Amino acid sequence: MLLLYTQGLCPCGIARMNYQLNFADLLNYQDVLLSGLWMTIKLTIVSTIGGVLLGIAGAASRRHRNGFLRRAAACYVELIRNTPFIVQLFFIFFGLPAIGIKMSEIEAGVLAMVINLGAYLTEIIRAGIDATPKGQIEAARTLGLSSRQIFFRIVLPPAFARVYSSVVSQCIIVMLGSAVVSQISVPELTYAANFIQSRNFLSFESYLVAAGFYLVLAFVMRLGLNALGSRAFSREEKPA
Amino acid sequence: MSLVSIHEVHKYYGDLHVLKGINLNIEAGEVVSIIGRSGSGKSTLLRCMNGLEKYDDGTIILDGKEVSTDEFQIRRLSESVGMVFQNFNLFPHLTVGQNIMLAPTLIRGMSKPAAKELALDMLGKVGLADKFGQYPEKLSGGQQQRVAIARSLAMQPKVLLCDEITSALDPELVGEVLKVLEQLASEGMTLILVTHEMNFARDVGDRVVFMHQGKVWETGPAKDVFAAPQTAELQQFIGAVL
Repeated sequence: MLLLYTQGLCPCGIARMNYQLNFADLLNYQDVLLSGLWMTIKLTIVSTIGGVLLGIAGAASRRHRNGFLRRAAACYVELIRNTPFIVQLFFIFFGLPAIGIKMSEIEAGVLAMVINLGAYLTEIIRAGIDATPKGQIEAARTLGLSSRQIFFRIVLPPAFARVYSSVVSQCIIVMLGSAVVSQISVPELTYAANFIQSRNFLSFESYLVAAGFYLVLAFVMRLGLNALGSRAFSREEKPA
Repeated sequence: MSLVSIHEVHKYYGDLHVLKGINLNIEAGEVVSIIGRSGSGKSTLLRCMNGLEKYDDGTIILDGKEVSTDEFQIRRLSESVGMVFQNFNLFPHLTVGQNIMLAPTLIRGMSKPAAKELALDMLGKVGLADKFGQYPEKLSGGQQQRVAIARSLAMQPKVLLCDEITSALDPELVGEVLKVLEQLASEGMTLILVTHEMNFARDVGDRVVFMHQGKVWETGPAKDVFAAPQTAELQQFIGAVL
């Protein structure tokens, strides 16, 4: 530290402390900012729903009788978990057109988010499924339920409830990760912040406001999903 | 023809020969207690009767249907045979009522109101009609086991298999479950029980099957078996548990 002082790096830091915050100039761009926020919310809703469905399908495949399905799901999970999200996104948006699969920025962004979330949720939900007591499955078989009925009615609901808080966390991670889709020009929140600071050079304020929005979004999302969960998984007595 | 006929059934777990040629016929309306030391194969035999375990040789015919572990066959069997487990195995995310209504609506195609009426009826039988909307975790072990019995009965099975259904209960809760079984027996339900409740086997059961080392070692009317065991192994077993 002392060394840094003597080398004169400190005055430079102090000079920056004189920076005057200027949020007023951001107001000129509030439409851009708000439409970016709205886009982030829409991306999150669609990819959360899609990702949860894909995660359930993935988890069901990981525990399916069919060995091919099991292996295919395992490959999918490993492929997504061990590569960067931005590379997955670029591959979908820039790579796939080479084999004739073209889509808009938003479609590519949503697809990448769904595929990414689906892989992580596959593992999370599978862990919940593995914790099912064997006796419950036997009881259901004894009552005559088919494998499909057992999975959807007996195994999945408590499994999902068991891992619900991890599911919520993962959905929030993907919401925050949606910032990356600004890189293919999806006009979401980070894209808006980028856009604004490139016009008025208020980088500090633009990104601070964007960060604040993400923080609030994450907070509201966790609260909302937790409330939804405790409602759905409540074990309070029901009227007959 | 007997309701359950078991002919020369063998079962292996790897190299372990757990059932060594079981022959047993059980008539409709009989209450049969299968007793024996742990490891004698009694639970395995019971679980073979409804396809939960695969047997390697021989045949089991239940209500005219050959028992196998094939999913379709297990579903057909479920119309004839119900099972109650040591650990209740109620579905924790469903209320008591939903637990009971599930199979009649899904498998029998019963309407919701009809299934609800049936569920309340069955709960009444086990003395728990007021628990219809409650979740299993709020019930005592004895109550959970009675709900499990009601759930099985709702499928109107011809035979009810009970796998040590009082073994996980606190001693003071055993009585309420045995009372339900006793009532079922008096109504003519065919019961096959793997049990450690010797008093129940003697007083309520019609017949006792003593298993030893994977074989039916001795069988006979409940009272005779306890009063005058023929084999040294059964004498020893009764001496140890009574």
